Amino acid sequence: MDTIAHASPHSHEAHAAEKRPWLFTRPTAKTGLVSWLTTVDHKRVGLMYGFSALFFFLVGGFEALLIRIQLAVPNNTFLQHQTYNELFTMHATTMIFLAVMPLSAAFFNYIMPLQIGARDVAFPRLNGFAFWVFLAGAIILNVGWFIRSSAPDIGWFGYAPLTSKAYSNQFAGDISTDLWVMGLQILGVSSVIGSLNFIVTIINLRAPGMTMMRLPVFTWMTLITAFLIILSFPAITIALVELMMDRNFDTGFFEISKGGLPILWQHLFWVFGHPEVYILILPAMGIISEILPTFARKPLFGYPIVVFSGASIGFLGFGVWSHHMFTTGMGAVATAAFSLATMAIAVPTGVKIFNWIGTLWNGHLKMTTPMMFALGFIWMFMIGGFSGVMHAAAPADAQQQDSYFVVAHFHYVLIGGSVFALLAGIHYWFPLIFGRKVSEFWGKLSFWVIFVGFNVTFFPMHFLGLNGMPRRTAVYDGNMGWNTPNFIATVGAFILGIGIAIYFAVMIYTYFKGTNAGRDPWDGRTLEWAIPNPPPEYNFAVTPTVHARDAFWYEKHHTDEITKEKVRHALAESAHGGIHMPSPSWFPLFTAIGMLIGSLFLANHNYTGAICGGVLTLLGAYLWAFEGPGGYHMHAEPEGSAKDSYTKH
Amino acid sequence: MSHAGTIDHHHDATTSTGIPNKKLFMWAFLASDCMFFGALISTHLIYRLHSPPGSPVVSKIFSIELTSFSTFILLMSSLLMALAVNSLQKGLVKSTRHNLLGTIFFGLIFLGCQVYEFNHFVHEKDLTLSNSIFGSTFYTLTGTHGCHVAIGVLWLVLMYVRSFKPADPSRPWLARAFVHFFLFVITTVAGMATVLGLVHALHEHEPLVEFAGHNLLAIGTTIVGLTLLTWFGFSRQPVEFGEANAIDVESMGLYWHFVDIVWIVIFTVVYLLEYL
Repeated sequence: MDTIAHASPHSHEAHAAEKRPWLFTRPTAKTGLVSWLTTVDHKRVGLMYGFSALFFFLVGGFEALLIRIQLAVPNNTFLQHQTYNELFTMHATTMIFLAVMPLSAAFFNYIMPLQIGARDVAFPRLNGFAFWVFLAGAIILNVGWFIRSSAPDIGWFGYAPLTSKAYSNQFAGDISTDLWVMGLQILGVSSVIGSLNFIVTIINLRAPGMTMMRLPVFTWMTLITAFLIILSFPAITIALVELMMDRNFDTGFFEISKGGLPILWQHLFWVFGHPEVYILILPAMGIISEILPTFARKPLFGYPIVVFSGASIGFLGFGVWSHHMFTTGMGAVATAAFSLATMAIAVPTGVKIFNWIGTLWNGHLKMTTPMMFALGFIWMFMIGGFSGVMHAAAPADAQQQDSYFVVAHFHYVLIGGSVFALLAGIHYWFPLIFGRKVSEFWGKLSFWVIFVGFNVTFFPMHFLGLNGMPRRTAVYDGNMGWNTPNFIATVGAFILGIGIAIYFAVMIYTYFKGTNAGRDPWDGRTLEWAIPNPPPEYNFAVTPTVHARDAFWYEKHHTDEITKEKVRHALAESAHGGIHMPSPSWFPLFTAIGMLIGSLFLANHNYTGAICGGVLTLLGAYLWAFEGPGGYHMHAEPEGSAKDSYTKH
Repeated sequence: MSHAGTIDHHHDATTSTGIPNKKLFMWAFLASDCMFFGALISTHLIYRLHSPPGSPVVSKIFSIELTSFSTFILLMSSLLMALAVNSLQKGLVKSTRHNLLGTIFFGLIFLGCQVYEFNHFVHEKDLTLSNSIFGSTFYTLTGTHGCHVAIGVLWLVLMYVRSFKPADPSRPWLARAFVHFFLFVITTVAGMATVLGLVHALHEHEPLVEFAGHNLLAIGTTIVGLTLLTWFGFSRQPVEFGEANAIDVESMGLYWHFVDIVWIVIFTVVYLLEYL
């Protein structure tokens, strides 16, 4: 970030000369609050996603600890049942939509453009907008905690008729369910916009020579996840629109008395909900596919097969939604078909596991902290996968449905899978993002505490489930034989909590006091390691030319060729005016605030306010369009330092 | 902008694939929108297959002549949209404006028909959003499509207003653009109110003088608005808008054609199927 000092003097002159209407004067701050509020830099947007996601990860974790305290002993009175319902609803909603998805989005934002050799995403302002809209959705979902309505209490999949006015209004004016509807709707807008941007970026902004089959696997998984998001979110958008119509305008979509079919909600929800599972796990698989080759000192085994199996998982993921509904009586043919399709997904997933093992095979393994988390991922994700195949068999699922066995299963794939991989990713890319290296001792300690705590918490839940303990019950009787495993699980949850606390304490310590990482600390293989750390705002002083799949590895082993090529390209680029940078803008934030206001009023059934919010949103979008993309040029100097020249654009 | 033919509209050298970013974005968005309408149309069909006892007889509600007319108008608006893209790709700003205005006009006729239809169904045929499941699915589905058309019209109006942005950046234009836009919106609303009022008067065999007396404000606003819009439209200064913006109009056109195609599906599935 040594570019900061050069910014101001030039920029004022240039903007005065442009004579733009004052409304469209582009902000030029490079530090301070304004620079963050108006940023269009994919790295800053990524950091904002990351910090928000980690905040909500801690909130969701705190909710989980409250749940575990309540369940530690039979007939506990620690929480009221109503509060318990709110906690399990918000724990799931928070962890899925406000922690794991945005943490993946943080990596998509920060790492993906670096991996394809791009200087930003295709639509930088839209990228900032996606983040602000995400934050608006997160606020709407959580605002219930601070008002009389309290938080949503309908479960994260909000089955009809629990969401109908008859069942979800404890008192007149209880808007907790409306907040849930609007919150998810707004988060959907954010995810779809972000994903459209990533799709265009990956397809269109690749550096010369970066063919599709040279894309790093993480970038491939970003692309597949983005497609899953844009194709699956419309289903929940419509389900939520229909629910909103039921609640606000007395339609009968899910009202049994009017001929509505509650089962339709389940179908629409899971048409989204199952691809969502892969939206949570595919980025994790991408991260693992980056970490394993780096620390096994070998190229990824069977790259095309790994990419293809990721695509097949995404494709098959659209055809298995009804396995969440085996007990609804769909009929033998539908049940059998969905059962078979579900088992089929185990094939590409297994292929990936074998490819990872193939990558490790005969490698010179370096057992660093990210590697530990990655290896933990393979093992824990496999356990979750095995219990997953168990409920793919419809008769077995009829027994496991709505029991703690299912709770154990999805926590193994979500924590043992997604979260382990995301924690691995944070460790892996920390030196790149902040320029400091996390202590191996403390990193490994946090890994082992998390690993032990996670298994102590969730392994006993398999037995609880098979012994018949239903999920979502605030209390259980002491004579059911569930006391010991529940107590062990609660102890495990606290161990897991301590592990997470160590993990983040180490991160915070390292951010301030850690040792400097130096360039390319892991001897990486992909392009993000080719740049200095922390990365300059223009990413690449010279747009790289890609000659091989492990692009940076090739560069390191063909230094003469690459140096000559870079000099040539640098000359060509400065002849074109230097590095083109997008201008920051206020309008993404403005438009998102309009959406926030409109949605809060809509959740309150105040249509005048909602229309005003809509008008603000529209106004923001119009000003955004009139403002134009803007842009200025920078001139990179050899190592990281650069001068802005603010040539008029 | 007079350098017609200097821009290659089918290949963008700055992207990896040669497809312009905006076009690729729009295609991906439309893929998403397909799923959106897919879910809504499925909901409608599921409830037609499982309609509860006491559901209205749908073929007695619809007026297939009116809907066929508005469908035809919407299809023709796509033709004008395509002509607008074509004109701008040749750098013909004036002809682009005319075609944009035509597209807007046809889109508004479609929306007017929908407003008339909804009003007619609610008041004459007793079909409301909440009194039957058919009403719920019908209004939600066609209303969502109507919102898509309305967003398309707003976008077209913005594009039209933007085409007057002067080439010289030192000239003030923002306030003028705002006035132009709001004038457009107000005139449109007033014009629609006038036409719908006229249709109502003709239905009720009300004398035209009485109709004019009742709708003085709407008629007056429409006439003044149209005059001012015409005055705004005669701008002689050189403008920034030109061949380079063809991609913007083309992306908007993709959206417009898509909304049109969705209507063909809705017309077939929601309306025509009822007559089988």
